[in-house]
Amino acid sequence: MAIQPRSARPRRLTINTAHVFVAPYILFLLLFGIFPGVYAVIMSFSTFAGGRPNYFAAGLKNYVTAFTDFRFVTAFQNMFVFLGISVPFGIICVVILALLLHARSGWLSSLARTVYFIPGAVAGPVAVLLAMFMFDPNVSPFKPLFTGIGFAAYKDVVRPAHLAVLFTLIGFFAGSGGWIAIFFGALNGISNEILEAAWMDGCSKFEIARFIKLPLIAPYIIYMLILVLAGNVQLFAEPQLMSQASRFAGVSISPYWSPNQLGYAFAFQLGNFGASATISLLMLAIGIICALLVIRATGFFHTDVFNA
Amino acid sequence: MQTNSLRSQPKRVQIQKVGLRTAFRRWRGDWSLIGLFGWGLTLAAFVVFFGLPLVWLLLAPSKTDSELLRLGPLTFGSLGNYGRAWTNLAVLNDGIITRWAANSVLYTATSLVISLGVAVPAGYALATRRFAGRRLILWATLITMILPGSALVLPLFLEMNLFRLVNSAWAVILPGAFFPFGTYLSYIFFATSLPKDLLAAGRVDGCSEWQLFRKVALPLARTLLGLLTFLSFTGNWNNYFLPFVMLNNDQLYTLPLGVQVLTSSTSALFPNFGNDYPIKRPEAALLGLILVLPVAIVFLFSQRFVLSGALTGATKE
Repeated sequence: MAIQPRSARPRRLTINTAHVFVAPYILFLLLFGIFPGVYAVIMSFSTFAGGRPNYFAAGLKNYVTAFTDFRFVTAFQNMFVFLGISVPFGIICVVILALLLHARSGWLSSLARTVYFIPGAVAGPVAVLLAMFMFDPNVSPFKPLFTGIGFAAYKDVVRPAHLAVLFTLIGFFAGSGGWIAIFFGALNGISNEILEAAWMDGCSKFEIARFIKLPLIAPYIIYMLILVLAGNVQLFAEPQLMSQASRFAGVSISPYWSPNQLGYAFAFQLGNFGASATISLLMLAIGIICALLVIRATGFFHTDVFNA
Repeated sequence: MQTNSLRSQPKRVQIQKVGLRTAFRRWRGDWSLIGLFGWGLTLAAFVVFFGLPLVWLLLAPSKTDSELLRLGPLTFGSLGNYGRAWTNLAVLNDGIITRWAANSVLYTATSLVISLGVAVPAGYALATRRFAGRRLILWATLITMILPGSALVLPLFLEMNLFRLVNSAWAVILPGAFFPFGTYLSYIFFATSLPKDLLAAGRVDGCSEWQLFRKVALPLARTLLGLLTFLSFTGNWNNYFLPFVMLNNDQLYTLPLGVQVLTSSTSALFPNFGNDYPIKRPEAALLGLILVLPVAIVFLFSQRFVLSGALTGATKE
C-alpha cells in the first residue's frame, strides 16, 4: 500500500513534538492570560468574608456597590477628560514629529530621533518622579515657562483642575518615543518610487506629507489610536504617586482619581474584593474590545504568514 | 538593506569648489527658507522638551539640596555629591535600597530567562509546524498581547491570592514572564526568516525536531533574541503596578516600589526646611537615575535595530 501523505490520513488529535514546544506557553497563557479573567468574573459575583471567598454568593450586589459609588462617576469623568486630551494630543504630535523626522535627513534629524527615543527608558514611577521635579518651578529647568504663565510654586502648577494635562505630558514624555520609532519605521517602508514620482511631479514636501505619506501610514494611526486609548484607560501609577507625594507640598489630590485606583482601593482599603473585581472586569472588557478592534482594523489575519 | 534608496546612497565624494551661495542652495534643497526654519525650530523645541529633563536628572544628584535651589537647574555641583547622595539613600531603612536594586535585577533577569525559554520555542513551533489548536493559540496570543498589562493586575492578584503566592517573589516573576508579544514576534520572525528548505533538508538528514530547533533555528535567531531581551527587560524593570499590588513586605520590593516609598512616606521631594532627615531631592533624583541608566544605555545600544523598523517589517528580504 502506498504511504498516504500526512494530510490525507484520517484526522485524529495526535500529540506531536510541536505540542511539546508550545506546552509551556499554553500553560502561561492559561494561568496568566485566561484564568485571571475568568477568576475575576467569578469573584465579581462572590462575597469575601474573613479571608474566605463565598463564590457566587453576592448576586449582582458587587456590581451595584461599585457602579453606584459616588467615586465611580468621578473616576470615569476624569478618565474621559484625560482621554479627550491625551489621545488627540499624542497622536497629532507623534505623527507630525515622525513626518518631520522623515522629511529631511541630516544631523538634526538623527539627533532628534535619538533624543526622542531615550525617554522611553523613563517609564512608570521614575517618569512621575521626574515630572514632579519638572513641575516644581523652584527646581525645574522649565521655570521661565512657568513664571511666564504666572505659576510660582508647585501648588500652582499641580492643581486638580490641571491633572489631565499634567498626566498627558508625563505619558507623552515617556511613551511617545516608541511610537515615533514605529511611525518612522513605517515611513521608511514607503516605496521610494512613489516619493520620487511625486517629487518629480512638482509636489512640495508638505504636499507629499499630506497626500502620500499620511494616507499610507493611516493604518498605523488607527492602531496607535486604539492602543493608546486602551492603555490610557488603565491609568494608575501617575495619579497614585502624585496624590501621595503631593500631600507633602500641601496639594490634595483624590486617591480615587482613576478607575483603576478605585478598583485598587476597593480591594486593599475597603477589603471588598468583589467590588474590586467588577471594576477590573470593566477595565478588562474595555481592553479586550480595543484589542479586537485593532485586530479587525489592521487586518492582522490577512497576512500570508498567519494563514500559512 | 535600507528601503529608501535616496537615504542610503553613498555620499559621492565630489571635490568641487563652489561658491558659498551655491553650496547654501544645495544644502537647502527644495526647501524654502521659512520651511527649513520652521522644521528645525519644531524639532529643536521637542529636543528641548525630551532632553532637558534627562539632563537635569543627570546633574541633580551632583548638588546638595540647597544648591539645587540656589544654583541654576543645569549647573554641575561636584562629583563627591553623588557619593554623598548614595550614602544618604542608604540611610533609609538600613540600606534597604541595595536590597531593592538586587531584587529588581533578580526578578527582571529571572522573568527574562523564563520568558525566552517559553516564547521562542512556542513561536518556532507556531511558525513551522501544523498542529491542533494552532489558530486558537494565535488568536489568544493576539488578544492578550494587545491587552494592556495593567488590565490583568487586579485579577492576577485575586488569582495569586488563591494560590497563596501573594507577597512572594514568584508573584512578580511569573506574571512578568508571560510574554505573548514575545511569542508573536518569535512567530513572525521564524515564519518569515527561516528558509523552509533548510528545515526540510534537516529532516531528511534525520534530525529530530529538537535538534532542528537547537542547531538550525536558534543560531539564526540572534536578532530575535536581542529584540526580545530588550523588550522583556525594559517592560519588567520599570514595572510598578504589578509589584505594588503583589508585595507588601518591603524586603521584597523592587526599585520602582522604592520610588513610591521614597515619595509617599518621606518628605524627600518637598523637604521642610530645618528638617534633618538626610533624604531630600538630590537623593530622590539619584534613585531615579539608578532606575533610568541601565535602561537608557540599553536603549542607546539597541536604537539602531529598533529604529530600522525591525518591529514593523515582517517581510524583510
